[in-house]
Order: sequence, then structure tokens, then C-alpha cells
Amino acid sequence: MSTLPSVEQETELIPKRLARARPLFDHEILRRAARQSVLKLRPAVQLKNPVMFVVEVGAALTTLLAAGRAWNGGPGLSFVIQIALWLWFTVVFANFAEAMAEARGKAQADTLRKTKSDSTATRVTGGCRCEVVPASKLRAGDIVICEAGSLIPGDGDVVEGIATVDESVITGESAPVIRESGGDRSAVTGGTKVLSDCIRVRITSNPGETFLDRMIALVEGAERQKTPNEIALNILIAGLTLIFLLAVITLHPFSIYAAASVRGGRIPGIAVLISLLVCLIPTTIGGLLSAIGIAGMDRVMQHNVLAMSGKAVEAAGDVNTLLLDKTGTITLGNRQAVEFLPASGVADRDLADAAQLSSLADETPEGRSIMVLAKEKYNLRGRELSQQEARFIPFSAYTRMSGVDLDGRRLRKGATEAVGEFVKENGGRVPPDFMEMADRISRSGGTPLAVAEGSRLLGLVHLKDIVKGGMRERLAHLRTMGIRSVMITGDNPLTAAAIANEAGVDDFLAQATPQDKLEYIRNEQAEGRRVAMTGDGTNDAPALAQADVGVAMNSGTMAAKEAGNMVDLDSNPTKLVEIVAIGKQLLMTRGALTTFSIANDIAKYFAIIPAMFAGTYPALNHLNIMHLHSPQSAVLSAVIFNALIIVALVPLALRGVRYRPQTAASLLRRNLLIYGLGGIIAPFPGIWIIDRLVAFIHLA
Amino acid sequence: MTPLGLLNIAVFFLVILALTKPLGAFMAEVFQGERTFLHPLLRPLERLIYRACGVRENSEQRWTQYAASLVAFSLVCFLFVYAFERLQGLLPLNPMGFGTGHAPGGATRMTPDLAFNTAVSFVTNTNWQAYAGEATLSYLVQMAALAVENFVSAAAGVAVALALVRGLARQQSKTLGNFWVDLTRGVVYVFLPLAFVGALVLGSQGVIQNFRQYTRAATLQGSTDVIPQGPVASQEAIKMLGTNGGGFFNANSAHPFENPTPLSNFIETLMIFAVPAGLTYTFGKMIGDTRQGWALLAAMSVLFLFAVFVVYGAEQRGNPILTRLGIERSATARQPGGNMEGKELRFGIADSALFATVTTDASCGAVSSMHDSYTPLGGLVLLFNIELGEVVFGGVGSGLYGMLLFAMIGVFIAGLMVGRTPEYVGKKIEQKEVKMAMLALIIMAANILMFTGVSSVARFSKRGYWNPPGAAAENTANAGPHGFTEILYAYSSANGNNGSAFAGIDANTPWYNVSTGFAILIGRFLFIIPLLAVAGTLVAKRRIPSTSGTLPTHGALFVGVLIGTVVIVGALTFFPALSLGPIVEHFLMVQGKLFPAVALPW
Repeated sequence: MSTLPSVEQETELIPKRLARARPLFDHEILRRAARQSVLKLRPAVQLKNPVMFVVEVGAALTTLLAAGRAWNGGPGLSFVIQIALWLWFTVVFANFAEAMAEARGKAQADTLRKTKSDSTATRVTGGCRCEVVPASKLRAGDIVICEAGSLIPGDGDVVEGIATVDESVITGESAPVIRESGGDRSAVTGGTKVLSDCIRVRITSNPGETFLDRMIALVEGAERQKTPNEIALNILIAGLTLIFLLAVITLHPFSIYAAASVRGGRIPGIAVLISLLVCLIPTTIGGLLSAIGIAGMDRVMQHNVLAMSGKAVEAAGDVNTLLLDKTGTITLGNRQAVEFLPASGVADRDLADAAQLSSLADETPEGRSIMVLAKEKYNLRGRELSQQEARFIPFSAYTRMSGVDLDGRRLRKGATEAVGEFVKENGGRVPPDFMEMADRISRSGGTPLAVAEGSRLLGLVHLKDIVKGGMRERLAHLRTMGIRSVMITGDNPLTAAAIANEAGVDDFLAQATPQDKLEYIRNEQAEGRRVAMTGDGTNDAPALAQADVGVAMNSGTMAAKEAGNMVDLDSNPTKLVEIVAIGKQLLMTRGALTTFSIANDIAKYFAIIPAMFAGTYPALNHLNIMHLHSPQSAVLSAVIFNALIIVALVPLALRGVRYRPQTAASLLRRNLLIYGLGGIIAPFPGIWIIDRLVAFIHLA
Repeated sequence: MTPLGLLNIAVFFLVILALTKPLGAFMAEVFQGERTFLHPLLRPLERLIYRACGVRENSEQRWTQYAASLVAFSLVCFLFVYAFERLQGLLPLNPMGFGTGHAPGGATRMTPDLAFNTAVSFVTNTNWQAYAGEATLSYLVQMAALAVENFVSAAAGVAVALALVRGLARQQSKTLGNFWVDLTRGVVYVFLPLAFVGALVLGSQGVIQNFRQYTRAATLQGSTDVIPQGPVASQEAIKMLGTNGGGFFNANSAHPFENPTPLSNFIETLMIFAVPAGLTYTFGKMIGDTRQGWALLAAMSVLFLFAVFVVYGAEQRGNPILTRLGIERSATARQPGGNMEGKELRFGIADSALFATVTTDASCGAVSSMHDSYTPLGGLVLLFNIELGEVVFGGVGSGLYGMLLFAMIGVFIAGLMVGRTPEYVGKKIEQKEVKMAMLALIIMAANILMFTGVSSVARFSKRGYWNPPGAAAENTANAGPHGFTEILYAYSSANGNNGSAFAGIDANTPWYNVSTGFAILIGRFLFIIPLLAVAGTLVAKRRIPSTSGTLPTHGALFVGVLIGTVVIVGALTFFPALSLGPIVEHFLMVQGKLFPAVALPW
């Protein structure tokens, strides 16, 4: 994990352009890929990809033909040798694309593997006795002790103690995180380092199955299985290959007939037929298909998200409904003071002053926002008060108030009921219109904070959930993409409705329990929708498992991570949207290159067919609209173009086609124009230029 | 192109558009078991058929049962027709004595291979005819065997389309309807009433209907001529309506007793497109979104109009070799101009081009002019229409299911480009669907190309059993690319269950009878069975509600995608073959190169 998304990227709900951490062509990666692309020529490897296998067989046949010609001294030897060479290049270029994608993953895996040193662990053997064992001997259920400075030997849950842990090896985040027993912050990952304190950890995974192991396997592509859409596309292009095979094979009897009927026409040779076949079959997409899939996984990785399978990434593209947690995703995590509402007969300024004084020692974001508001509205400066002059009363869950005693003034702020009680105890009273005012704030989605001095109620501070900037537009973008956003919150329905309305989500789930979430997902799925959600707690696990795309936060529990099909190492729930975008981009790239590949065939027909039958039907030269130099140069140029286009499209395959949130119709129009129409047009000048070069250097 | 000719084509197209909705809505009611205005009259007949055949009206079938019913029914029909053909000499209504010792001189014998070919052809709605009706078959065989098959093979095609539509319309279900019920309803409520009215209308124009002996007539030159008779009108109407195309006479709809007037010609052309056009609306109605049906119709219309204008233009331009000889080719008030070879004077160029385009678009195969005599470009379009898979309106039922197959393939490729798993009318198109759709396309390509390849080079012993003329290519009437086109057209027509012939090829030899017979069987059943399998997987899926993120499958953009898919798949598969046939012939014609009508050097 080399870099982290910047702050802007984190808040950006829909990235304009997906972040790219790793440079596309890195020297080391290139070297590795080049080696692999030759090693992958083994027929056993090629057999998995029917399109490229056909090319390889064609290359082998042409090579044999060339060898035969060299032996017997037949005509056109240089032509056949060149065709054979370029056919081999075609296979190598396709291998290169796949190897590039894999090498990028491997480079990442190597970084991870370095951290997986042969560490030892202190295993508790019962009571207070301990023994030191190699980390690789640990089994699920073992309890180990980890002290400051030591590596945590395996995945597990903290069962005792609290510690700061450096998880940068997994997350790339250098700031330490706190891990403690119980609750949702108990999971620790093997290979991370304890910085302070001492914890007891119950190991939850067996050797070779740890999170780190799985991560290495995933990024290396060792566990890569073809995804459903990829298989379907493979069937399509294999089918097309078969159709073209038929079209080319039957050309042989057709041309025998044609040659006979003009008495003395020439039947196209095997090398030309193979060239036509290779040009027609969808080698572009066939060669790049697996690279696209691997690169998709890799892009997810670069967003610091670990997808457990390619299928999950693909499913993300299909998501119809996003369940977004309110706090941290839709709203800034904390409520902020937005308004002072004085009780009748109290001056605004007095209320603000009292509120500010009572918040002086309040380090919570809410408290600080009160200071800021008082300063902005009434230019009240924060004052330095020493402990001698003032006694601060901290907030407690019992009193639900905080405040300060200063020069005999007893200032309090807190929950409306609690402050009301405080006023009554001091002989004051709570006017009915005051409670109405508080209700109004609640209904608008805010939280009322009452402020009192002794027996006198001064008024209310309106604390509000602040919807993140630009959230409305981003959710609107999602809507154009056909994705409904659903806000999940523990707030009461009134508050939730108000925030939902402000943020512009399509639906909300108030006072949501994990069971409610699960129900909601099931209902959506029953109507045929795909659901994505994020979660971190153990009680989120069922919903994460039920969702089509469940992104567990890395800060969450092991149970949550096991249940989801992705883990966000930055624990940033907003990233769900980026994951959806990557999933869509993956599918779009496949579709675009398939279209491009098929569209290319038209120009190739115009290059090769007239060349093939130049000896039988010279009249067919009318189809030679590119005015290619000679029949041989035409065939050779088409084959060269076909090989080079694979290399030219490797960057596109690895990066993915450009993606913008748009409606399906406008996306289709755009992509059809670029890859459909472009695919029809591009090869004409391409083949023409190659033909000029071929003729210029007298290759054919 | 003349204003009158263009007007004729425009009126034809508008009438088809006007018929689509009422006919489609009616068929949707019929096939969903709703009550129609014909029920008081025909419901008793429907129930009688169920009772007689032991069909339980409300029981439903899975795709496998549906397919098995179709295959079993076709097999029984085949045996039935084959028996009639072979035994016609022993049966009544045979005034000319076909199949007996006193058959007229020059009559064609119903050999086993010809009987096989003909039976296969009529059972599959192909109506490829390697025989001349008036010189081969008794009235009884024409009426009781062939005309009956015209009804039921058409209804069977509609049934398959219905099964696929139900696969898209229903969700989380297992069954696709009942083949026997769909078949019965198609015959009873759709084809019988339409054919009944159609026969009367054609009769009013002079199409004959009798059981007389052939008439002997003295010609102006003083020789005698035999004028065939027969029950033509009753067979003519269903021949067009069911997109069957098997003529009572060898000359098919060019014969004045089958198609006497320009008005009868116009009505016959309409009858070909009526049901296929209506079925697009039926599809929309059954899946609850008529826009989807109109989108299919729009794609079909664009392909049709493009084709008809190319054919009309090419025929009106005529042959430049004749121009160089000083022959006037432009249309004037006194002459049609252009290429009139093989066309009836009473129809002219525009109506012939329209009929030829419609019949090749629609897998009908009836002809009112000789396709072999078209200019290379005109012939190219007719041949390519067939090779597109007969989806431009297409055969009754087969046009719709073929077009739905292309829609699924188009959606699969285009749908990926919007970043979602492709969906068509709410159904996800996944592995199984793609696999079966590709299988159907591969079979189609293999069927046409392999048989054509074999027939272009296969040699048989001269005067032997399989092909008396010798090499299979010897059966063609022309050398050079035109002869190749004749072979390619024959197998394309057989595979597409079109049945029209480019003519010029002598197809009544055991080799051609057997090979085209198998091409027909493969083109029908090995296309239908994968499609029914698709219906079977689709029906189990949920229909996903469409959102703005879903690729809309109505509207101009999708129509464009669909047209592109149909044309590109067809062009990529057949361009090499076509370039050796009509395409090179066109260039050669422009250069003035002619080929002698002699045989190949071998």
C-alpha cells in the first residue's frame, strides 16, 4: 500500500477520476512481465483462453509451413516467415498484458510478504505459564501475549488489555490505532506491531489462513477465479472464434470452386487463411480479458480495499441500493452548534456568553463548535480561566450535563430534561414555550442543548448534524446512475427524516437495529435489487453476509471482516461509492474492448479479402478501398495491426475506460461512439500506415 | 425509381404499421387465454380439439417438455406427409393420376428422397420445393397434407416464440405454457379465420379453386398447352399468412392462377408481414411494456426499408452490359425500364422488388419474380436478408424469437458498456443465455457454410444415384460467381427455413434433396432447442426493476444497437462467401465480363 487517498479523496463521494497509486509502467514490473509473457507460451496455459490458443496453433502451423518452405525452397518464404513471426508476437503481446496485470499484483504481494517474517510468539499454556513458539505453530484458539515492540503473531481478538497498534503494514496508515478487549475494536491482524502496553490475544486463524496470507494470495492472483460476467464474455468470444473458423475454413472449398470457374485462378494459401482467421477472431478482447479482470482487483486494492473475490468487484457494478451509515458518511461525524435560541426575556448575547463559558473546558467537537459560534456571532473571545477561579463540572452519563462554577455563577448546559431538573432544584421553573422550542429543534433534525444559570433558564443551543458538503449533488449523481441511497441511523424517525431530506437520500432506516438492516436488505433483494453496505460491528455480520457487496471496516471485528466480501483498510465508509464505480468501470472496459475488437473486423475484411482473391478475381480489388500496396503487404499489414493494437490497448485495459457517473443511455451513446464507431474507423488509417511502411522497407 | 413505385412501397409499409397493433393485441388476448370476439364462434371447436386429443388446457410445461412436444409433433407430421406423398397414387382426388401408371408424361416421380425433402420442408414451415406442384402432387396431397402443414407449422413457430416471450415475461417460474394449447389456439383463432377471409378475397381477384382435370388449350401458335387446375385459393392464403411460401404451382406467386392482379399481389405481400409484425406488439403486450415491442418493430422496419430500396434501385438501374448494347433502360410511361428479366409484366419492378424483399425478409419463400434473374446487388440483398437469420419481420414466430436472440446478444455486448451485468426486459443475460444464443448462431453459420462448401466441390459419378449430373456444382445453371450464389442461396434458404430458391439450380437429385433436407432440419430444430433452453433459464429469473442505470431497451439508441448486431453478425459471418458470389459478380458485371452457361472443367 504505497499511498493513501488524500483528504479530498476521502470526502469525495464519487471520484471524478479513480485514483491511481502505482505508476502504470514501472521498470521492475515491465521486466517481470516481459519474462512471463514468453513463459506463458506453453500450450497448457494458452488452452485456458480459446481465442489465443487458436492464434498459437495458427502461429505454430505457419512456422511449420515456413520451415517446410525453407527446406524445399518454395516461393514467398519471407512472407510466410514474417506472418509466423507476427502471429507469435500476437500471442506474446496478449501474454504481456496479462503478465503486466499480474506483475503489479506480485509487486504488492512482495511488499506484504516481507512483513511476514519468522516471528515467534509467547503462548499461554494455562494459568500463568507461557512458552515461546514459532508463530507458524499457532492454531486457532491459542492465547498469546503481545508486549510493546513485538509483532502480533496471527489474526485474533484481544481478550485482555488495551494497546496501541501500528497497522501500517496492512493499511498504509502510519497513525497507530487502539485495540482493546470487548467491543468492536478487538480485532488484531497478524504482522502488525504493538507499540505500547500489553495485550492478550486469542488467535482465530490457523497458519496459512491468516488475513495476511489471504491478502498475499489475492493480490498475486493465485486465487483468481473467473467471474460470472467474464465467463459469459469468454463464451461469446469463443463462439465468435468458432464462427470465424467456419467462415475461413469453408473459404477453401469456395475458392477451389472460384478458381476452377475462371479456369486457372489461384487458391489462397494456408498462411493467408490463417492470417485472415487471426485477424477476424476477437484477439483484442481475448488477449486483454484476464488483464482487465486482474487490473480491476488491483484498482480496488489501490483504494486500500481488499476484495475477497473478483466476483465481489463485479457485483459492485450491479448495485442498485447503497446502505450508507449516517454518521461519518452522510454527515460529518459530529453535531455542531448553529444557533442560539434565548428563552423569553433573555438577551441573545447573555445566552451566548453563558454557553461559551460553560464550554470552556469542553473538549468535545460539540463544545468547541459552541465556542466558534459564539465568537462568530457575538465576537465573544474565549477566555483563559484557571482552576482557582473556576470549577469545571465534567459531563457524565448520569447527570447528562456539564458546566462551570465561576464567581458564584453556576452555569450548566446539557440535555433539556436534565437542565430542566437542575433549574427546578434551584427553585426556578421551566416555561412551557421553552419545551415547545426544544421540540421544534428535535423535529427539524437537530439536538437541543439547554443552558441555565442557577435557577434561570437562559435558552437553547441548536446542535445540528452537518451534512457533508456536496453530498446532495453526489447522491443525485448516484441517482442518475440508477442507484438508490438509503441512510441508516440510530436517530429517531423525526430526526432521521429531517436529515434524510437535507442530504437528499432516497430512503432512510431510523432507529436501525442490525436486524432491521438485515430485513431491509432481504426485502430489496426480494425485489431483484443488489445491495451494498458497510459495517464494522459483530452485529453487522449477518447483514454484511446477506448484502451482495458487504464492505467491512478494517477497524471492525473479525466476525464482520469474515462476513463481508471486502475489507476497507482505511475504514472509510464513503469508499463504498468508489467501489461501485470500480465495478462499473471493470464491466465497461470489457464491453468497450469487445465492441472495439469486433468493429475492427470490418476494415480487416477490406484489407484481406481483395488480397486473397487477387489471383482469381482481380475485380475484387474494388474492395481494396485503402489502396494497399500489394496483396502480400495487405495481409501482412492487417496481421501487424492486429498484433500491435493489443499492445496499444494494454494501458486502457489496466487503467479501465474513463468513467463518469451518467445515465446508462448516455454512457452507452458515448462508449458506442468511441469504441464502436472508433473501432470501425481506426483500423483503416492504422493498416494503411503500416502498409506504407511495409512497402517502404520492402518487407512485402 | 418511379413515384408510383415508391408510393406503392410507402402504402404497403403504412398498412403494415396500421395492422400491427390491432392484430398484435388480438393475438395477445388469444394466447393469454382471454376471451375475444371470435370465442362464441370458435371456442367450441377449440374445446373439441382438446377433448379429442386429450389435452389438459390448464396444465403447463417446462422447456424440456415444451421442446419434446414440438419435436414429437413435428415427427408425427413428417410421417403423415411422407405417407401421403408416397401413397398418393392409391388415394382419391387425383384426377391427373400422379403416382400411378397413367400419370401424364413429364410428371415428376415422388421418390423417397424427394418425399423426405418435401415432408421435412413443409413440417418445418420452410416449403423448399424441389418439385413442380402441378406436375407432381395430387389435389388431396396438396390440400390434406401440405395445406394442413402450412397451418400447423406456422402455429408451431408462433408457439416457440410465445414460450420465449413467457420466459421473459414470467418470473421465478418453471413453466412456459402448453405447446398443444398454443398450437391449437394459433390455428383456431389466428390462422383459420385470417386464411378463410384471405382465401375469399384472393378468390375475388381470380385465384382458382376447383378439382377439375387440367385443361387442354390450343395456343395461338397452333400447338396445344396444358393448363393446370386445382384448389388453389384455399392454399394460397395460408401460404402467405403462415410465411410458408410453398406454391401450388411451380411458378409460385408469379403464376396468374395464384396471383392474378396487382391488387392480389399487394394483398399477398401484406399477408406475409401481417402476423410477424403483429407478434412484436403481442410480445410487448405480454411482457407488459409495449415500447419493447415497438423497438423490435422499428429495427425490423429500418432493415426492411433499407433492403427494399437497395433492391428496387438496383433492379431499376438494370444491367450496364445491356446499356452498352444501346438498349434503353430508363422507365418511361410505356416501359418499366431497368431489369425486367424474370419479372411479371403485370407487377413491374417496384412490386416485384417489394415482394422479393418481403419474402426473403420474412422466411416466406413465395416468389412473384425469379430471384436468379435479379442484378447481382439485388440478389445480394435477397440472399443477405435470409442470412441475417430471417429476423426482419421474419417467419411467423421465428422472426420474433430470432430477433429476441439478437436482442440478447446485442444487450450483452452493449450492456457491459454501461457498467452493469446486461439485462433484457429486466432479465439478466448471463452465461447460460450467452452460451445457448451463441450455439444457435454457430449452428446457423455452420449449417450454411459447410453444406455450401461441400456442394461447391463435391463430385459424384455421372449418372450415378446421388447426383446424376456429376459434380454437385454441375447442377447450377451458370458458371462463375452466379453458380456459386445459386448453391449458397439454396443452403441459406434451407437453413433459414425460407424455402425460396434462387432457382437455376436443379435441386431434385438425391444429394440435394437429402442435404437440403438435413439443412432444413438443423436450421429449424437446432436453432429452436437452444432458444427454448434460454426460455427455460430466463423464466426462473427475477425481473429486475429498471432504473436510470439500466440500459433502456426501447428508444432509438437500442434500435441502433439491435440493427448493428444483426447486420454485423451476418456480415462478419458471410462476407467472405458473399464476396465470391454476388459481390464479385457485381464488379464483373460493371466491367462487362460475362460467364458462359457451361459446366466446370472437371
